[in-house]
Amino acid sequence: MASVSDAELRNMSQEERVTALGMRTEQLTGRSMFIEFDEDAEERFTYPWAPDVDYNKRTEIDTGDMTETEVNAEIRSLMAQGYGTIVIKDPRGKHSLGVGILNRLNLIFEGSLGYFGVGLIDGPNVRINGRVGWSCGENMMSGTVIVEKNAGSTFGAAIRGGDLVCKGSVGSRTGIDMKGGSIIVGGDTGALSGFMMQRGRMVVCGNAGKNLGDSMYDGTIYVGGEIQSLGVDAVEEPLSDLDRAWLTRKLTQYGLMPDNGVDHFTKIVAGKMLWNYDNLEPTEKKLIL
Amino acid sequence: MCGIAGLIHRGKSSNVGGEMTSMLQALKHRGPDSTGYAVYGDTSSGDYIMRLKAAEAEDMNKGRGITSILENRIAEVDLILAEHGAVVKSKEAITPYALRYVLSHNGDTGMMAEHIEETEGVEILSMGNGLELIKDLGDASVVSDLYGLNDFKGTHGIGHTRMATESDVDIKSAHPYWAFPYNDVSVVHNGQITNYWIMRRMMERKGHRFMSNCDSELLAVYVAHDLSNGVSLEDSLRKSIEEIDGVFTYLVATKNQLGMAKDTMAAKPLVLYESDEMIAMASEEVAIRAILPQEIDTYDPYDEEVRVWQA
Repeated sequence: MASVSDAELRNMSQEERVTALGMRTEQLTGRSMFIEFDEDAEERFTYPWAPDVDYNKRTEIDTGDMTETEVNAEIRSLMAQGYGTIVIKDPRGKHSLGVGILNRLNLIFEGSLGYFGVGLIDGPNVRINGRVGWSCGENMMSGTVIVEKNAGSTFGAAIRGGDLVCKGSVGSRTGIDMKGGSIIVGGDTGALSGFMMQRGRMVVCGNAGKNLGDSMYDGTIYVGGEIQSLGVDAVEEPLSDLDRAWLTRKLTQYGLMPDNGVDHFTKIVAGKMLWNYDNLEPTEKKLIL
Repeated sequence: MCGIAGLIHRGKSSNVGGEMTSMLQALKHRGPDSTGYAVYGDTSSGDYIMRLKAAEAEDMNKGRGITSILENRIAEVDLILAEHGAVVKSKEAITPYALRYVLSHNGDTGMMAEHIEETEGVEILSMGNGLELIKDLGDASVVSDLYGLNDFKGTHGIGHTRMATESDVDIKSAHPYWAFPYNDVSVVHNGQITNYWIMRRMMERKGHRFMSNCDSELLAVYVAHDLSNGVSLEDSLRKSIEEIDGVFTYLVATKNQLGMAKDTMAAKPLVLYESDEMIAMASEEVAIRAILPQEIDTYDPYDEEVRVWQA
C-alpha cells in the first residue's frame, strides 16, 4: 500500500480514506445481499453456481484411506456430475467432512465424524449414522442434519437456519451464539448451552448443565429434564399453545417425541435486562454484536 | 492447543508403546513441537526403572566439549547411586543425553532422586516400578523410533503432543511430567492454568521442586502431594477442579490407575471410549480410531467430570 499523508487523508471522503488505509480489500458482494435485494432474480433459493443434482442418482465412497481434503473434493466432483445422494463409507472420525455444501443433496455418513463436520452448509439433508465431534453444523444456514449418536461440544455454534438434530447427548456450549434455526437434542446437554443465543429455538429432551442460556439476547430454549442452573438473564416463561404445537411437530418429525408428551418441558427465554443497545450509537452496537 | 491421549487395558498387558504411538501420531496436528509418553510396564520384579536426561537435545550442538560434560554428569549420577546403596542392574544410553537405568534399591528413592538432581543439567524424567517416561522433540514416530517404543508391553499409558505456547521447545517443558519424587505418578495436560504462580508458590512452601515454568508441571506436583498424604486419586482430581483455575483437561496415571479431570468450563476437549477390555481417551476421536478403526461408541465427558479406572 502506498503511503498516504495526513493532509491527503483529511481531504478524502470516508470511503476513500478507508480504501487508502487498506481497510477494504474487496467489494462487498455477498450472496445474501444479492439474493435478498435483487428484485429481478427469478430464483432466490439457490446459488447461481449450485450444481443441478438428481436425488435418485446415488453413489458411495469408501473414505477409510482418504484425507479430509480428498473426501470433500470428491463430494464436490460427484455433485458436479449430478449425483444427488452420496453415501460416505468409513469416515473414521475425520475432521471437517461435508463442509460448505451450498446446494440440495442427500449426504449420508456411515460412521462417525470428527470436529467441524458439515459446517457452513446451506441446503443439504445430512444423516450421520454415528457420532460427531466438536462444532458439528457450525454456522449452518439451511437444510437438516441428523446425528444418530452423541455429539461433542459447541454443537450448532452460530447456526443461522435449518434443523440440527442429535438423537444422543451433546457436550457443552450447545448452540452458542446461535442466530436462527433449530437445535434438537434427544439426550442431555452440558454447561453454557445457549450462551449468547440471539435467535432460534433449542430443544433438549434430557437434562441441561449449569448456566443455561447465559447472556442470551433472544430465542427460546425448551428443556424436558432438569436444569442444573440458569445463566445470567435467562428466565423461565410458561409454555404457550404455540410452543406445544411446535414442539410436538418437531419432536414427532425426528422420532424424539417423549411418551409423556411435551407439557413437562420448561421454556427459557431472555429476561432482556441486559439489553442496553438502544442507548448506543450504531457503530458501538456493531462493535458489541 | 496440545493433544493428550490415554489408554488402559483391564487386567492384561498389551503393546501400549505401539498403541500410544499410533494415537499420538494421529494428534500430531495439535502439537508438533515435542511428544512424550508415560507407559507402565511389568512391575513384578520389584526393581526401579529410572529414566533421566543429562542434557537437552539442543545441547548436543554445542561442540565437542559436550561429550566430556555428559560423561562427567553420568559418572556423578553413578556415584550418587552407589552412595545410596542402589545396585545398577542395567544402564542403557538410548541417546547420548537420555539414559535408562534398572536399579535394585531398598532405601528412600525420593532422597536419592533429590541428590541425583543436584548434578547440574541432570533431570530425572521418571522413577518407579512400572513407569517409564520418555519425551523428546519431534512427532510420535520420531520419538518412538528413537527410543524403541513400538514394542513396549504394558497395561496402560498416557501421552502428549505439545504445541509450545508459554515456555520453550525443549525436553524439560515437554509432557508428561513425573510427579517428583513420588514413584510411578505421571501427568499430561491440555489447557492453561491461570492461578499457576499462586499454586506453585503454595507447593514450593510445602517443599516441592519445579523443574520448568510450564503450568502443567503444577498438576503433577499437586496430585503427587495429595497421594503422598493419603488422598485417593479420585478425591485429588475432584479437589483440583475446585482449587486450580483455568481451562484444562488432564490425565493422571499411577502404577495401576488412570484418571481424568475436566475443568468447570469443559473448554478443552476429550473423547472417551470404554469397553470390557480397554478404555481409550484422546483430545480427538481420530486418535482412538487410529487403534480401533471399526465404528465405536464414544462420548465427551462433561464439565467437572472426574473418572478413574483400574488396570
